[in-house]
Amino acid sequence: MSQYLPKKSELVKEFDEKPSVLKGDYADREWWEMPFEFREGNFCFPAKPEVIKELGFPNPRKWSPTDDDWKLPDGWQKILMDGMKERLKKYRSIKLYLDSCVRCGACADKCHFFLGTGDPKNMPVMRAELVRSVYRNDFPMVEKILKGFAGSRKLTPEVLKEWHMYFYQCTECRRCSVFCPMGIDTAEITIMVRELLQLVGVNNNWILAPVANCNRTGNHLGIEPHTFVQNIESLVDDIEDLTGVKVNPTYNRKGAEILFITPSGDVFGDPGVYTMMGYLLLFHHIGLDYTISTYASEGGNFGFFTSNDMMKKLNAKMYHEAERLGVKWILGGECGHMWRVVHQYMSTMNGPADFLEEPVSPITGTKFTNAKATKMVHIAEFTADLIHHGKLKLDPTRNDHLRTTFHDSCNVARGMGMFEEPRYILNKVCNSFHEMAENTIREQTFCCGSGSGINAEEYMEMRMKGGFPRANAVRQVKEKHKVDSLVTICAIDRATLPPLMRYWNPGVSVYGLHELVGNALVMDGEKKRTEDLREDPMAGFEDEEDDEA
Amino acid sequence: MKKVLMPLLMVVVLALIPFIGVTYAGLDYFFGVVMPYTAAAVLVAGFLYRMIDWLRRPVPFCITSTCGQEKSLDWIRPDPIESPSKPWHAVIRVLSEVLLFRSLFRNNRAELRQGPDLVYGSHKWLWLAGLVFHWSLLIIVIRHARFFFAAMPAPIDFIDGADRFLDITVPAFYMTDAIVLMAVSYLVFRRLQDARMRVISLQTDFFPLFLIIAIALVGMSMRYVTKVDIMPVKALAMGLMEFSLDAPSPIGALFYVHLFLVCVLAIYFPFSKLMHMGAIFISPTRTLLNNSREKRHVNPWNKPIRFRTYTEYEDEFREKMKKAKIPVEKE
Repeated sequence: MSQYLPKKSELVKEFDEKPSVLKGDYADREWWEMPFEFREGNFCFPAKPEVIKELGFPNPRKWSPTDDDWKLPDGWQKILMDGMKERLKKYRSIKLYLDSCVRCGACADKCHFFLGTGDPKNMPVMRAELVRSVYRNDFPMVEKILKGFAGSRKLTPEVLKEWHMYFYQCTECRRCSVFCPMGIDTAEITIMVRELLQLVGVNNNWILAPVANCNRTGNHLGIEPHTFVQNIESLVDDIEDLTGVKVNPTYNRKGAEILFITPSGDVFGDPGVYTMMGYLLLFHHIGLDYTISTYASEGGNFGFFTSNDMMKKLNAKMYHEAERLGVKWILGGECGHMWRVVHQYMSTMNGPADFLEEPVSPITGTKFTNAKATKMVHIAEFTADLIHHGKLKLDPTRNDHLRTTFHDSCNVARGMGMFEEPRYILNKVCNSFHEMAENTIREQTFCCGSGSGINAEEYMEMRMKGGFPRANAVRQVKEKHKVDSLVTICAIDRATLPPLMRYWNPGVSVYGLHELVGNALVMDGEKKRTEDLREDPMAGFEDEEDDEA
Repeated sequence: MKKVLMPLLMVVVLALIPFIGVTYAGLDYFFGVVMPYTAAAVLVAGFLYRMIDWLRRPVPFCITSTCGQEKSLDWIRPDPIESPSKPWHAVIRVLSEVLLFRSLFRNNRAELRQGPDLVYGSHKWLWLAGLVFHWSLLIIVIRHARFFFAAMPAPIDFIDGADRFLDITVPAFYMTDAIVLMAVSYLVFRRLQDARMRVISLQTDFFPLFLIIAIALVGMSMRYVTKVDIMPVKALAMGLMEFSLDAPSPIGALFYVHLFLVCVLAIYFPFSKLMHMGAIFISPTRTLLNNSREKRHVNPWNKPIRFRTYTEYEDEFREKMKKAKIPVEKE
């Protein structure tokens, strides 16, 4: 267990005994008088100076949030205030959302970090007040006369530290925005504050190192082209061992019909690699003319958690590569924030992609009219269409050893609106699917607790707290329906939910949706299958000879 | 509880100003003519300024909060309201927020029990009180039109009649008077009673609530208790409608307290959170369509950036790529 993580019994004790606003027994104090403290386990390590230099970002230095002096540049207040003014001009959303909150409190207990920590500053309204209090001090002149009345304050080093703490305890999941009567989206404010903090060198290595990697090698993990290919080829070998079928992915191939882009976690991380095997099996099964790029080898975009410019810069590679290879359209793998970026930002930032064609499924002829402009289709839309047209030979009993539930990923849910396709597929590839409680799924889904670039090892304590509402909902279906498999369509989920499940719900494993598709696919020329893609025995497919021996 | 007492004190002081001004200084003209014109001007100009100030800022990205199924494959039923793909879907979505408080209706309440275990209960009280409060206020404002017109327009007459439906006092009792007081009391009460609400509430949250309570109480006491003669009130109101600058005939200090507090509310409005009245109509997460992949959303300031091109990438990795038999542009 991580050195940054308290024992479960200790955390349970903290939940049960510590006074908190969540339980309604907090001492009456003004929020700006409430202390906070950086200590091991509640911050992500700052970006290393060499990473900052590589990115050309300001103020590279060695520092730690536990230091008294954060070595901020001269005039940092002005940098931040000017930065805020600039962004208020560029984004109606930010201005509107700083101005129009009525503090009705509907959002308060909707945040997974508030539910997991009981810390009042994790109520979305409060998180935004951390900024509003400074904004009000500087902008509307009348309130300047009435300080104290409107709860305004100066931008001090303490306030900056508070921003750093609480805007990294927000995963930009947008759950609060679903409940807000004004439609205020805290993610907009978090995005702005994180961008501002970058300007004075207050940052997070877990975000910026992948950003630097992605810029140079094409993917967050920093995998160079030959290793990238090698790794997929080793998955190809695994597939052959398991199924007897040799799949043939190609790399950087010009003239392919479709460019396939997925998060690099699917190529390198466990259990993401099994999802990758699922994709490879699927594409082979339908004989898809596709290629994988080593240059645009990242679906995810940690630039999104850094700054608008960085998001655009990393995302630009997708269209650039699609144009170079001369493909017709792009197919995207399972990922959360990747799809927020692709769905809501990509064509605006880097489009129009006139060199591509309106996506059409080469197998079913279905036109994906909903992706007409961006020319990028989600793999779940693609696969659901295949299944609907009866193009896949599936044997759902091959997943009978799993009792599943489905975790809607925040970005796909609230930043894209895809709920039905993954459920349709899941129901077709397995026989045992149980939904979690109503207000913890679909548009009300809870974040895994580690999204938006905070899935660092050193942040484990906060991650287990922030992920608690999700884990709690899984525990309920585990107890009620004996669920042992949590299916997701997000690469970050596949990285972050396994430790969350090990901590709160031992015995629950995490799967990608297309891993289950891969299990269920009956391939031409396959050998008798007894094990699933992760080499676990399947129920009802035991090798009889083995049993006798 | 400084943040509760301060706004309360402010409202009391504000109420005393016209009372003293009219009773002891004879400032009827100031409170009856100057103040209403000033307040109306500030409200209209301020409201317009704030709206224009918001609307002139660009919406660079399509950031719809999708609370329902997107329009995708033909055979999958989209949720046109929560994931609007046509302009009229978004119109319904926004109007249902404005008229019915749709998002607030989703509200639930999380409780942390021993275990730890999180349980969620339905919690519609805020929705109910908020909805009833806003609708009552609207009806009350509308039926005040009877002071401003010689002949009552029919729709207003209808609303007025419906509100007086329970004919239990003389003059007839308006239901909205009681409802608005109950609702606003709940809105104050919840800010005091709930630990979460106590933490997030500011003086600026209590002030308008107290102001509205004071306006309502004074207004009701004029109608049901002191029974102010409404003829001079109506004469003043109709004069204001015609931009008359004539001095009002004597009405009584209580009326001026009511009128002055309304003027304060109107002046306070554009500078405060009360602007949520305008903001709710233009909130990008609700007004935008979820069609950003189908139709390109344009960002007026889309800033050009330099990204690492494929050529630069190949230049760094060419030898490794060739060894791994990955096709390259330049051999």
